[in-house]
Amino acid sequence: MKKFVEGSHAIAEIIAKCRPGVISAYPITPQTHIVEGLAKLIADGELDAEFINVESEHSAASVVLGASATGVRVYTATSSQGLLLMAEVLFNIAGMRLPVVLTCANRAVSAPINIWNDHQDSMTVRDSGWIQFYAENIQEAIDLHVIAYKVAEDKRISLPALVGIDGYVLTHAFEVVDMPEEDQVQSFLPPLDPVVKLDPDDPKSMGLLGAPDVYMETRYAIAKTMEDALGVIKEASEAYSQVVGRKVGGLVEAYRVEDAEKVLVAMGSLVGTIKDVVDELREKGEKVGVLKIITYRPFPKDEIYEALKGAKYVGVVEKAVSLGADSPLFSEVASLLYKKGADAKVNSFTVGLGGRDISPAQIRQIFQEVEKDEGESRFIGLNEKLLEA
Amino acid sequence: MAGVVADPKRHLLASGHTACAGCGQAIAARIVANAAGPKTIISNATGCLEVFTTKAPQSAWRVAWIHSLFENAAAVASGIEAALRYLGRIDEVKVIAQGGDGGTADIGMGALSGMLERGHGILYVCYDNEAYMNTGVQRSGLTPLDSNTTTSPVGKRSHGNPRPKKPLLEIAVAHNIPYAASASVAYPADIERKVKKALEYKGPKFLQIHVPCPLGWRHDPSLTVEIARLAVETGLYPLVEYENGKVVSVRKVKVKPVEEYLKLQGRFRHLLKEPEVLEEVRKVAQANIEKYGLAI
Ligand SMILES: Cc1ncc(C[n+]2csc(CCOP(=O)(O)OP(=O)(O)O)c2C)c(N)n1
Ligand SMILES: [Mg+2]
Repeated sequence: MKKFVEGSHAIAEIIAKCRPGVISAYPITPQTHIVEGLAKLIADGELDAEFINVESEHSAASVVLGASATGVRVYTATSSQGLLLMAEVLFNIAGMRLPVVLTCANRAVSAPINIWNDHQDSMTVRDSGWIQFYAENIQEAIDLHVIAYKVAEDKRISLPALVGIDGYVLTHAFEVVDMPEEDQVQSFLPPLDPVVKLDPDDPKSMGLLGAPDVYMETRYAIAKTMEDALGVIKEASEAYSQVVGRKVGGLVEAYRVEDAEKVLVAMGSLVGTIKDVVDELREKGEKVGVLKIITYRPFPKDEIYEALKGAKYVGVVEKAVSLGADSPLFSEVASLLYKKGADAKVNSFTVGLGGRDISPAQIRQIFQEVEKDEGESRFIGLNEKLLEA
Repeated sequence: MAGVVADPKRHLLASGHTACAGCGQAIAARIVANAAGPKTIISNATGCLEVFTTKAPQSAWRVAWIHSLFENAAAVASGIEAALRYLGRIDEVKVIAQGGDGGTADIGMGALSGMLERGHGILYVCYDNEAYMNTGVQRSGLTPLDSNTTTSPVGKRSHGNPRPKKPLLEIAVAHNIPYAASASVAYPADIERKVKKALEYKGPKFLQIHVPCPLGWRHDPSLTVEIARLAVETGLYPLVEYENGKVVSVRKVKVKPVEEYLKLQGRFRHLLKEPEVLEEVRKVAQANIEKYGLAI
């Protein structure tokens, strides 16, 4: 059904259609509207679930951990400081192979305190064993949540999944979306059938001490499962596309890259701006394109290489930094292209930190600068006056 | 004996784990599990108990059991309880959260407070061995006054831990919960009774059990029960029971001098040579005796 909705309410609605039994969250801007929406759906009797209002994000993540371990589908959402406060539990959830689904309304990290969008929060937990998706728009955010549950709960995978949606840019924006019907979601997403669960009728111990004789194998197993998840995500995306009659999900979206000499790589809502500039430059005959990374963990190496192998210049445009080193997505793309022996020159562009506006002019500038080989990460859109001060 | 089922094969915390000889926590945890029975799910904090019972691929637990982290046993249990409510199994399955004094009164205090305040049907059990034992006897908020630990060492300018124990039981009671009690491994029948009684109440309940640690307290492993009993008999560890905020029972004692308890433990040995400092410990016991009317 087509409807005009706020991003957060669209997510609340699709989560309700996924029928989680336990939801737990702690308020933080810009995640709040999502969980408020769910609380209201439960209060109105439209969703049959336990909503646990906790005293911290650490406990929100711990509550969904406990409920998931008991064999119930769960949901939580957070942002920024909240995600970092959860970090310890996030690693734990992945290590215990629990199919928790979390929305990260992406927001910058303090200090200075800043409630606006960038990707530093979820990029900081990229090594935790969670599958990570990033949405370009509200429609994609809706669809990725359903795919997230499907993949996370797939017995071949059994790992948690995070869906990153840009704070404010998507959470507080309104868009006309195609909201799937409840029975479409239900047919695609059968009730959770957990691999192991806490049950007095078949008592198991979970979360054992893993000494040096077993620990490394648990990590290897997750690394291997992540590789398998690439195929399962593709499979789930294709199956769900059939259900809703649109092309949804997937690992990457290559936009006008076939003959492109210059390709930018990006994640999230930023891709929309880049696509507009790509169209504009294409009109002028420039051979440019953009590669959107939808699935960031597992990192879809083959698809990224396929999309970039013909390019002369690649620019990685990202909303996160690794202070003291190159920005994270750039490091991964550059290392991948180097290993595969691609010819492209790769450059790093950090943009939009703490909600700094990203204009089409900046993207045009990046398409020019991508040819220059400066060999260092460039911050685009800095205010020179502030730097002097 | 209480909490000891006739057939050791039916102990819900099986033998063969790797606890030290004389570990009070191992004895108390077995009594708690047996008293709760097999239809129980336990959420266990990081600490000695978790480490000595579950080295992969083995587990000493015969009940459904989960360990997540150090400070979140109460929150994980909250999720388990919520899931059981969602599944319609809450009347049939009991939920216990348990952890050490550090995992409960310090790093897990927020999660415990949240669990108590939200009214989950969970029994929280704190095994109070009065320091962070698993990491090598560092002081916690439940370490007693003047105890010599590795982070409150005795020295030229120190008599040991500078503060008395945090009033954890009273903090739990202040959450308006239906049941809260203290217990001691010296009184197994009392632990069993309190666990069973607690589990009859709906909502959150809290039990704090005094469990000597021979390694950390530096006493002979054969003295675990005797030392635990002396803590009660000197007034240093009052055994009390609260129902709906009111004291409903107190274990009365023929009060013994605190020295009898202190002298058996290396952690307090320095006190016997310092009469003024010893006096401070005596005051702690005296305050308990007066507060709860402990003396026979
Ligand atoms: C967040 C975090 N901080 C610190 C630790 C290290 N740690 C593990 S067990 C423990 C001590 C546990 O003390 P207590 O809760 O009193 O239990 P005990 O071992 O004494 O039974 C500590 C400090 C940890 N695992 N996690
Ligand atoms: Mg302890």
